[in-house]
Formats: sequence, C-alpha cells, structure tokens
Amino acid sequence: MTDQAYNFAYLDEQTKRMIRRAILKGLAIPGYQVPFASREMPMPYGWGTGGVQVSAATLTPEDTLKVIDQGADDTTNAVSIRKFFERTAGVATTTSTRAASLIQTRHRIPEEDLTEDQILVYQVPIPEPLRFLEPRETETRKMHSLEEYGLMHVKLYEDISRHGHIATSYAYPVRVEGRYVMDPSPIPKFDNPKMEMPAIQLFGAGREQRIYAVPPYTEVVSLDFEDHPFDPSKAPHACGLCGAEDSYLDEVITDDEGGRMFVCSDTDYCECRRAAGHCGPQFPEAAA
Amino acid sequence: MTPLLDVKGIAKRYGRHIGCADVSFDLWPGEVMGIVGESGSGKSTLLNCLAGHLAPDAGEVWFDTRVDGPKDTLKMGEPERRMLSRTDWAFVHQHARDGLRMGVSAGGNVGERLMAVGARNYGTIRHQAIDWLGRVEISEERVDDRPTTFSGGMQQRLQIARNLVTGPRLVFMDEPTGGLDVSVQARLLDLLRGLVRDMGLSAIVVTHDLAVVRLLADRLMVMKDGQVVETGLTDQVLDDPQHGYTQLLVSSVLQV
Ligand SMILES: [Zn+2]
Repeated sequence: MTDQAYNFAYLDEQTKRMIRRAILKGLAIPGYQVPFASREMPMPYGWGTGGVQVSAATLTPEDTLKVIDQGADDTTNAVSIRKFFERTAGVATTTSTRAASLIQTRHRIPEEDLTEDQILVYQVPIPEPLRFLEPRETETRKMHSLEEYGLMHVKLYEDISRHGHIATSYAYPVRVEGRYVMDPSPIPKFDNPKMEMPAIQLFGAGREQRIYAVPPYTEVVSLDFEDHPFDPSKAPHACGLCGAEDSYLDEVITDDEGGRMFVCSDTDYCECRRAAGHCGPQFPEAAA
Repeated sequence: MTPLLDVKGIAKRYGRHIGCADVSFDLWPGEVMGIVGESGSGKSTLLNCLAGHLAPDAGEVWFDTRVDGPKDTLKMGEPERRMLSRTDWAFVHQHARDGLRMGVSAGGNVGERLMAVGARNYGTIRHQAIDWLGRVEISEERVDDRPTTFSGGMQQRLQIARNLVTGPRLVFMDEPTGGLDVSVQARLLDLLRGLVRDMGLSAIVVTHDLAVVRLLADRLMVMKDGQVVETGLTDQVLDDPQHGYTQLLVSSVLQV
C-alpha cells in the first residue's frame, strides 16, 4: 500500500516537473551537467539522494523498479531505496534486470544488455570530472563551455608517470558524443564500453545539485593516450559460482583460512546463469 | 614589417584612482620591452590589461596572429583569447605557485599546455617535458616530483618551462625574479636571457628592478602614477635619463 501521507514517489508534482525539465535538458545536451534545486530527502547524502530524486521524477505507477548497489540487490543501501519507493510510490519491484523498467544503480551497470524500454539511473557523488585538479567551479564551467579538456589528460598523464599505466579504474572519464567530458560515476572502467546502449542513462548528484544524461545509442569514448589506449580490463578469472568469463568480478573471502574466490558482482546475472545450469569451478557438484 | 603587438591608448581606472592612462607602444618581433616603476605606478595594471587578465576602460591591443594577421585581442571572443593565451602567449607570474599546478608533477606541469592543444601521445609529451626541464636546468630525475618539493628558484624555472613549451611568440613577465635570493636571481636572469635570445622571443617584462631590465630589455618604458614618463632604448634611458623621475630611479634615490 502506498503511504497516503506522501505524493506519488514522495516529491510534490512541482518539484518533479522541475527535475524532469533538468532531465530533458540533460538528454538534449548529452553529458552536460544541468543544475537543479536538489530537495532534502528522508535519507542522508551519500545514500544516493540525487539518484532517488531522478528516479522519483521518472517513475510512473506502471514501472517495475530494481535497485542495485555494487551490482547487488540486497545491500542496505539498495534495500532501503527499494523500500522507499515501494512505500511512497507503490510500484512493483524486482531483482531481475530483464523484468525492470527502471534501474537505480550505485557503482555498476548490469551485465545483461539493457533495452530501449529501460532507464538506468546512476547515483553520483561528484559530478565534475575536472574537480580534482581545478577546484574553482567558475573555471571548470568555462572549461566545459570552451571544450578545454587538456586537464583531463594531465590526470591520466600523472597516473602513467606514477604507476606506469593508467591506474584510474573507477569513475574513468569519458567524452560524450565528441563534446562534453563526463564522470560516469564510480562504476568500474570495465563498465565504460557498455555506456553506448539502447537504454536511457540518467545521472543524479544530490549534494552537488547536478543532473546529466546520456541518450540511447550515444557515442561514449573513454579518454586515453595513443600509446596507452583505454583498457577495460577485468580480473583474469571465471566466476567461481556460475563460471562466467565475461562479467565483472568481486573477490570474496570464503572462510577463516583465507580462502577466497571471484564471483560476479552482478548478483542477478550470476543467479540467472546458475538457474540456467551454468556452474563455476567452486561448485563442481552443481554440474551434475 | 608588422609589429607583433600594437598597443593603443590603454586606460584603466579604479573608481577615481588612475590605474594607467593612455598608454601606447609597439613591440616588434624578437624585442623585449621593459616596464619599470615603483609599486603603484600602474605597470602591473598595464601588464594585466595587455595579457587579457583585466578589461581596460579604453584602448586596443593588436596582436599579429599566425593565421589572421593583426587582431584586436580585446575584441576577440573569449574562446579565441583563451586559446591564444595557451599557445602563442605565455605569462610568467611573480609567484611561481600562481602559475603552476602544485598538486601535479613537474612533467605534468610542463606537459599541460601540450595536452591542451591536443597532444595525445604520452611518450612524446614526456620526452618534451624532460627536454624542457633540461633547458631550465632541472634534472630529468625530478620529472615526477611535485613543485612543492622544489626550491623557489626551481619553481620559477619550472614555471618558465611550462610556459615556453608550446613555443609562444609573446611572453608577459610580472616581476619574474621578485622574491628570490640575489644569487638565485642572477642565475634565473642568465637563463631567461639565454632563452629569449635562443628562441627569439618577444617579451614584456614588468619589474621594479633595474638590473633585470638592464640585462633583458631592448627598450624601456618608465611609469609613474599611471603615466608613461619616459621611453627609449634601455642603455640610453638608464645611462642618460631625461625625465626627473627616471633620474631619481636610476640614481637609486628612490627605494623601489
Ligand atoms: Zn557468476
């Protein structure tokens, strides 16, 4: 049951219209950070209040919502956001990527290919990719408007000079449709190539009050050097549970003796594969 | 021959106070112009107006651009002026930390301008950075160190390398030796003179230090209260000053 003390999806209609205008502007200018008047949400910043507001303005009663955190549906953060929308919007929820029409995510893109019927909403902590070297907001805005992006490569240069390779493995900067440089939020760089997808991608930063977007089938290029090309590397293992060799893996400790294995970070992907009969080296008995 | 820079009637006021008034001059390719005066004479205001850091109230600053020939930089759009300021122009600040990124390695500092104009080969950028560190007498071993670990003189040399790496045609310098020990100043001046000569640089150097202009400048402008009171060839002005104020400056009566 929807809690009647709230408007549908918690936010009032006027606020949702304001956020929708920001979303539409973001879709019209792919990768451009649109300022919006972020509202107080009944959860702390860092819990994805930007993503929650974007989801609230995007959800309809017919939607089916999935919420993931680091690929998992069952973390505290994911569960509390899912419950929040169950309570305030009364929408159906799911852990199945395929069954969801709107997916709110923190730190991952699902392994399963998304479709034109789906929307992916990212929770973003720091939307400004130039921030780490240029703290002045007036200056970073100017850099975006004049396409002065040399500084992004200074960061990659520093990486290589210090580590011998581009060590940035999360929030790896991208250039969208040959124009705006964008922070893809702290997803692993492994996910970067997936950003050219049929689904709509929306990004919400609550504390920093920014919304940006990548429309379907938009070119998203990870920045690099000619002699240090972008490499979306992954751990050279198969998932210990489902045997997948193409998924992003987390290393988990399995017992007190320091035993460890690699498993899919996308729990739904892993479960679907196991349900379909795939099995990994850690579970040979399941092969029978 | 076209002047590299043609300055016409630059004026800047701060309320009722005159920053600089009706300053005009030409700068020819390969020439170094010194601007001297006490603090408050308007020399820094003038420099910042010329370099596009301050908007003057009146005047024109014509620069002979590579592609389009002479253009009034004050009428340029901001994108074009910013592009100019990281390609054909350079600005050496008095305080190195104003012109450096202190959180970025020496190599990254020198490489930034290259990357800003599209360099995308790490090996080439690094090679050029090391080459430029060598030209300003900084060891290759320091290429990955941050400027915070450098002495004041080294920081200033790094700032110079960072500015000159794109082969600018016009360098603005604001008290380039200010705040450094005397022995460090001398070494920096020698280095600057060598670079200016080797690269055939054109430069405008603002300083209160007559030793700096004696060594670097072909011509001098002497400023007082926002006005240019005397101009001429450096040796001529310093050895045979005509204006009373210049005579005081040269005789070191004024503590500048
Ligand atoms: Zn798996």
